[in-house]
This record gives sequence, C-alpha cells and structure tokens, in this order.
Amino acid sequence: MAGAVAAVLGLSLLLGSTGGSTGPPRDSLREELLLSPLPSGDLAATFQFRARWDSELHREGVSHYRLFPKALGQLISKFLVRELHLSLTQGFWRTRTWGQPYLQAPAGAELWVWFQDSVTDVDRAWKELSNILSGIFCASLNFIDSTNTVTPTASFKPLGLANVTDHHLLRYAVLPREVVCTENLTPWKKLLPCGSKAGLAVLLKAERLFHTSYHSQAVHIRPICRDASCLSVSWELRQTLTVVFDTFSIGQGKRDWSLFKMFSRTVTEACPLVSESKIYVDISSKTQENELLEVTPLPLSVHEASVQGDRRTYAVYDLLSPSLFNVSRSLNVQLKWKRPQDSLDLSTPVLHAQRYVSGYGLQTGEISTLIYNTHPYRAFPVILLETVPWYLRLYVHTLVITTKGKENKPSYIHYQPAQDRRRPHLLEMLIQLPANSVTKITIQFERALLKWTEYTPDPNHGFYVSPSVLSALVPSVIAMKAEDAEQSPLFTSLFPSSDGSSYFVRLYTEPLLVNLPTPDFSMPYNVICLTCTVVAVCYGSFYNLLTRTFHVEEPSRGGLAKRLANIIRKVRGVPPL
Amino acid sequence: MAAPLVLGILVAVTVRAVLYRSSLAGFISERVEVTSPLNAWKRVVEGLALLDLGVSPYSGDVFHETPLIIYLFHFLIEYSELVFMITDVLTAVALYLAVQDFNKVVFKKQKLLMELDRYASDVAELIRTPMEMHYIPLKVALFYLLNPYTVMSCVAKSTCAINNTVIAFFILATIKGSTLLSAIFLALATYQSLYPLTLFAPALLYLLQLQFIPVKLKSKGFWLYTTQYAALYLCSLVVIVCLSFFLLNSWDFILSVYGFILCVPDLTPNIGLFWYFFAEMFEHFNLFFVCVFQINVFFYTIPLAVKLKEHPIFFLFVQLAIISIFKSYPTVGDVALYMAFLPLWSHLYRFLRNIFILSCVLIVCSLLFPVLWHLWIYAGSANSNFYYAITLTFNVGQILLISDYFYAFLRREYYLTHGLYLRRKDGTEAMLVLK
Repeated sequence: MAGAVAAVLGLSLLLGSTGGSTGPPRDSLREELLLSPLPSGDLAATFQFRARWDSELHREGVSHYRLFPKALGQLISKFLVRELHLSLTQGFWRTRTWGQPYLQAPAGAELWVWFQDSVTDVDRAWKELSNILSGIFCASLNFIDSTNTVTPTASFKPLGLANVTDHHLLRYAVLPREVVCTENLTPWKKLLPCGSKAGLAVLLKAERLFHTSYHSQAVHIRPICRDASCLSVSWELRQTLTVVFDTFSIGQGKRDWSLFKMFSRTVTEACPLVSESKIYVDISSKTQENELLEVTPLPLSVHEASVQGDRRTYAVYDLLSPSLFNVSRSLNVQLKWKRPQDSLDLSTPVLHAQRYVSGYGLQTGEISTLIYNTHPYRAFPVILLETVPWYLRLYVHTLVITTKGKENKPSYIHYQPAQDRRRPHLLEMLIQLPANSVTKITIQFERALLKWTEYTPDPNHGFYVSPSVLSALVPSVIAMKAEDAEQSPLFTSLFPSSDGSSYFVRLYTEPLLVNLPTPDFSMPYNVICLTCTVVAVCYGSFYNLLTRTFHVEEPSRGGLAKRLANIIRKVRGVPPL
Repeated sequence: MAAPLVLGILVAVTVRAVLYRSSLAGFISERVEVTSPLNAWKRVVEGLALLDLGVSPYSGDVFHETPLIIYLFHFLIEYSELVFMITDVLTAVALYLAVQDFNKVVFKKQKLLMELDRYASDVAELIRTPMEMHYIPLKVALFYLLNPYTVMSCVAKSTCAINNTVIAFFILATIKGSTLLSAIFLALATYQSLYPLTLFAPALLYLLQLQFIPVKLKSKGFWLYTTQYAALYLCSLVVIVCLSFFLLNSWDFILSVYGFILCVPDLTPNIGLFWYFFAEMFEHFNLFFVCVFQINVFFYTIPLAVKLKEHPIFFLFVQLAIISIFKSYPTVGDVALYMAFLPLWSHLYRFLRNIFILSCVLIVCSLLFPVLWHLWIYAGSANSNFYYAITLTFNVGQILLISDYFYAFLRREYYLTHGLYLRRKDGTEAMLVLK
C-alpha cells in the first residue's frame, strides 16, 4: 500500500516536472585565466568568471538564484538597472611599457550604471545603488554623491543590448582616493558559485594578489542576446580580476614564471558547476620561427585569435578535460624563456596617453594631456572625457589642442561647467588624431580656497583629480573576424565588436594630485574675534561720531595722575596741565 | 581749466597704454587685490566663451557679471583695452564736472549762511574762497586718473572701472539736479553691484536741497518728491532687469549675480574681511554671520542720513567708503573711487588727527599685499594668516581714515557756528571733546 502510494507520488512528480512548460531558467558559468607575459618582463594574469542567466529579471518575479548571485540579482530588479560596471583598482596600467590592456580600470573605484528608461528619479536610484554596493563590496562607495558624479554624453555607451540610449539614464563616478585591499576581495570572491574552494578561484589568495604592481577587480553586469535571433534577453555577470606580477619583487629578477611562484598555489580541479574552465597562456612571438616561450606541461591544444589588431597564439589548458590531471594531481603551468630578454622589442601600443599638472604656486595651474597615435598611416578619432572637481575652476577659453604644432579643433565639444559644492566640471571632446602624431591638450585652472571643514584630515597631501577616459575605435593592422561570443575565449568578447577592421579600446590616464591653498586650521576662534573687532572699530567710531556732539571741556580737578604730572611739571619749570 | 584736465588725461592714457604693452599687464591681472570673482576680466572672457559653446554662462559658478556686460563686450571684446581707458577718462571727466558744479553750490550756500549771520564772528579762516576752490575739480580728476589703484584696475581690465563710471555719472546727474538721469544711473549701478542702493538716501537729500524742499516727515512736498524719485528708480531697475531677462531668456542671472554677492560662496582671498572669516566659520553659524555682515553695509545709512542731512555730498562720500570697505568682494578699484573725493575735503586738513599714520598704514599695507601673497602661495614659507593680517590692517586703516575725516568735518561745522577761538569761562583756551 505504501509502496503503491510512493509510486503514484513519484509518477505524479515526474509528470509534473516534465508537464510544466517553463522550468527554472538556465544558467551557465565559465571561468578562464589568461597569462600574458608583458614586454617589460612582468606577467599579467587576468581571471574572468562569467555567469550567464537566461532570465528576464525585470519582468518575472525571481526567487530562485543558482549560479547568479542573489545580492546582484536583487539589485538589478529593485533599481531597474540595465548595466552596471564597478571596478576597484590599485596601481596604474603602464600602457607604454606593458602594451594595450584588455580591460583597463582607473585607479581607485569606478562605477558607471545605465538605468532602464522606466526609472523616474535616476539620481535617487543612483544614490541608493551606490550605498548598497558600498555595503556589498565593503568599499567606501557611499562617498559617491553629486560632487563627483557626471552624466557623459558620448563616452560609456552601453556594452550590452541597448535600444534606448538617452544619456540621462547614465551615471558615472570615480573615487580616485579609494584603496583596494583584502576586505574588498573577500566579498568579490563570495559572489562566485564555487567561492575560492574549487576551480581557478583557488588561486585567488589575498597575500599574493596584493603583492603586485597592478590589481584590478571588477564586476560587469549587462544584458545580452540569448541566441542568434536575439528575441529574448539573458543577463551576463562577468567578474574580472587583473594582476600584474613584477619581475623584481616577485620574480627575484628572473623572468621565469609559474603558477606556484605567482599565487603560491596550483590548480587541482575545475569548479564542478562550470561548463568551461580554461587557462590560456599567450605564447605569440614576433617572428614566426623562433618561439621565445616554453610552457610546461605541454598544452593539449593551441588557440589562435586576433585580439586587439594582432594575431596571437595561446596555449590552452582545459581543466575539464580528463587527460589534464593524468600525470600529476595538480596543474602548475610554468613559463620559461628560451632566449635572453634583451632581444625583445617593445612594440608601442597604437594609442596611449599621459596626463600631468604643470604650473607653480597655489593659485593657478594647467592640466596637460598628451595622446599618442603611433599607427604609421591611419588616423582615427578619440573621445576624451575629463571630470575635474569643482574646486579646480577650469577656464574653457584657455583650452588649446595642438597636433604637430598646429591647432586641432575638436569636432564635438560638450562642456558642463561646475557648480560650487554641487557638481564637477565635465568636458567631453571628439578629437581626430592624425597618424603618427602627439596631440597635446592643455587647459588652465584656478585653485579655490575651501572652507576649513571641507579639507580632508591630511590637507597637504593634496586633492585627487579623477583619471580622464579615452575611448577610441583603433584601426587594426589585420582583419579580425567576428567570432561567436559563446565559442570564443572570454577575453575576446569583453567589448562588442562592430566590424573586423577596428577594435574598441578604453584607456585611462593617471589620476592627478593637486595642492590647494589652506587656511590655518587652528584659528577659527581667533579669526572670528579679530574680524569682529575690526567691524566693531568701525561701529564704535561711527557710533561716537553720530551720537555725541562737541562740547567745550569743563576743567576738571584732575585725578591723581594729573596731580602727580603737575608736580613733576612744576619741578621741571613747565606750565601745568 | 580744460587744458590741464586734457593734459592730465593724456598722461593717464599714456601710462595705461605703456603698462598694457609691458609684461606687467599679465602680473597685474592675476593679482587678487585688483580683481575679484565678481569683476575679473578672465571670467568675462570665460562667460563669452561659454556662450559661444552654447552653454549658458550662468550654468556654472565662474561667471558673475550681469547680462548687460555680456551684451556690451559681445561687440567690444576686440577693443577691450580702449573701452577701459575710455571708462576711466569718462569717470574722471564726470567727477570733474560734478565737483565743479558742487563747488558753486557750496559757495552759494556759504554766502547765504553768512548773510543770515549763522556763522560766528571769528571764523574768517574757515570760510572757503573761490581761489582755493579753483583747482579742486582738477585735483579730483587727477586723483582718480593717476591713482595707482585706478591704473592697476584699468590694466587688469577689471569691470570695477565700469561700475565706477556708472556711479560717477550718477553723482554728476545728482549734482546737476536731474531727477530722471540720477534715478536711471543709480538703477544701473544697483543692477551692477547691488550695494549702491544705499546711495539713494544721499542723492535724495541732495535733490531735495536743490529743490528747496525741507526734509520734514510731515511735509507733503517731501513725500511727493521722495515717492517720485523712488518710483523712477524702481521702474528703471525693473526695466533693466527685464531687459536682462530677454537677453538670455532665463532668470538664472539673478541667482548668479545677486545670490553670489549676498551669499558669498566663493572664498577667493581679496582685500576684504569676508573671505577668511567664512573660510574659518563654523558651519552652524554661517547663515547668521552672512546676514550680519551684509546688514553691516546697509546699516549705517539711516543714522548717517539723520546726522548729515544738511551735508548730503559728505554723506555720499562716507557711504561710498563704507560700501568699498564692507562689500563682499572689494577691490582696490572701489577704494580708488572714494579716494578721488579726498581733495574735496582738503580744507579739513587742519582738523585731521591721524592723517600721517593712516596714510603710512595704507601705503605700507598696499606694498605688503603682493609680498605676503607671494610668500603664502608661491614660496610656501608663510601661511594665510600673514595675508589675513594685512587685510585687517588695511581695513582698519581705511575705517580710521573715514572716521577721521568725519570727525574733522563735524569739528569744522562746530567751529563755524560757535567760533574758532573758543574760550572757557575763565578765559583760558578751551578744549573740544566729543561727549
């Protein structure tokens, strides 16, 4: 009897589960590690964890989260976020010596969000969103307010699906003073389904990751097409972490690298929840015959891709293939250089930039940006976005753009002047960079004196100016074919590619540190007293002159002092007072 | 009399032209004593550049000039140096003509009072003669033109010079007795920088005197004329403000210009008292002290009007000085305007008590301003307290100068009516005290 009931129950459950047309939404996870040796001998390791969830978060009421983290899913549905990009970075990517980055982030914290067009009060949503993100990632994102938020008009176009692009739905803020440390890494790792227990995330140990020249961790959420017909929308969450290991501090001067040397751990297994887990090692060489780099263990396959206008070769280690862990239980990828390093030629990237402050004294200054286009024959335009805090008053009539000694007029300028204590300056320009040229953009500013409570506790450290952003479609030397995003490695599908002849690059310049004149912080009471004394001097003098009249002085008997003075005068023989 | 004035004008124009072409022009236009966020030329150019970019100049916080200045310099930006030299010359000529007419009025009044036997018998030394008053207009014009403060203001192309021109024309119109023109120029001056509102009272008193209307609160003629003048003034102000609205089709300029003057958000150092005070102010008391400091400028008008109702031009001088000292963003151009009137009161010299010390204080402070600024901002070896101290001393010097002149004026009036050589009851020489 009980058996028959159990069988009926089991059958009904089976029927029920297969009878329903809508099952739980499908989600998938891919993880990938890219090791690319840099021309200067350092090594860049880029982790990417991509969770893709075929669900329409905004329409259906979702309660069951599997691979997609619940904290972020709830955030997207509550604030009607269309795209969210948050990065926390320590260090600066030196484009000139390290080459073009796959995904650069500015020093500090950067947050940019596209909201859905059904959001009525974007500023309120932005404020609440930044506060909640500050709690999720243990970062001081709550310092994001109207004084460092801007609404760019041309830069930061959506990276995912977009049908409406009213730029009033976009908000962008950078906190250059923000520091990244272990307490930011831990919640970032917690968003991964396997945590740091299995798969590539095992390598993410804080004491090695923060012993680097550049550490950048980011979260990117965007909607993508579910399939080729693009009838429905899936949500993609990419968590990227890029670190650059320095030859001299980690490598002890030698240019040989291994997973154990970098992360002090090796990979033992793939995360059981992933559908793809691969390690790519960039073994491309400048000349065809000589291979500079030797990787052990021998890669099972080699992948060729055209990335950033270059044809590159990658050694692939697929952690899900059973033959990988046949020889040893753990995988320690080792890179050895076959030739000594001085024969490496440093290929300068096509687009790189630097920015600095010039001038002396605490009254005025000048911000100069130099943009280099090293392409031998192609010119291309670049969009420059500068956000300058309100206390450095920019004078846009002093904006001068010169290329090769001649004036270069930008074809599009959007300038929003700052309002004191309310919003920063926003300057966006579309500048045409001629081939093989250096473009210099200078603008003068005046330093404001702030109220004594508006200075940071260490006022003589200076104030940070957030990095400027350069976005460009750089023409590539070779033709790149558009590959299917699902089949190609994750690092090739970071930015949507429109055609095969150019690739999208977003570069950030250095943040600037600018000193402001300071009042004396120990003097508020003294200043109030002294200034009020001066006002009282005026008041007193005028009061006397207005209310009193002249009288002939009646002789008085004189006080003690007068009598003493008279005695002395009589002794001297001078007439008395 | 025209020839020395023309000569003086030529010399002044030459000095300015030479300075424009020299390397000092850049140095002077950067000086915070000469330019302020309200009237810097750099900001006028910035406002016009913003207009060219299609952005309203008032959308940011860098441009605080009135729309009529935009309109004026939209056409005259190429000839800006010429414009500022011409404004200085116009100010000097207006002051010259005004003081010339004023001297005639003073002389007539003095004659009337002498015939009415209002003066004591032994005050012959104090009576002013046409001989001594002959060169005063020229001195006033030259005092303005050749004052280093004015020259620096002109070379820096600070729009304070335009403000001074409008006030000078207002004074000329008032002294000539034209109610309409006086109201129009006063409205223009108020529109430009708000504080000349307080000059309404001395102008009204002077015009009443010219019309022989006694200042009695019960008199119907007094109220009739006052309402007439006030109505003209307010109507012209409203017309000018509405014209400014139509220039850019927005009311943004009211908050940018008048809100800025009254709320003092920008703490750029200048020669005034506001900047360091509000840089070091506790946030809680900010609004209270802003109100106190602004009321301080307008506060002396009524008491001065009561005391000096017989002498409206001296009242005008004291009021101008109070505006220059206590306005929110003073510059040396404002100081130069009231200093131009000092030759008018040169007959008070014998009653001034501290003139030597005060002139030394003012000269030394003017020389120390750039030195201590350099030490704070460029050398880094001094801090803001040094510059603040010189600001305090300069303002105390100015305040004591004005009150000294006020004291001397009142003392002379006393002597005129009570006799110069006063004797006490027992025949010894008397001392005058203010009790």
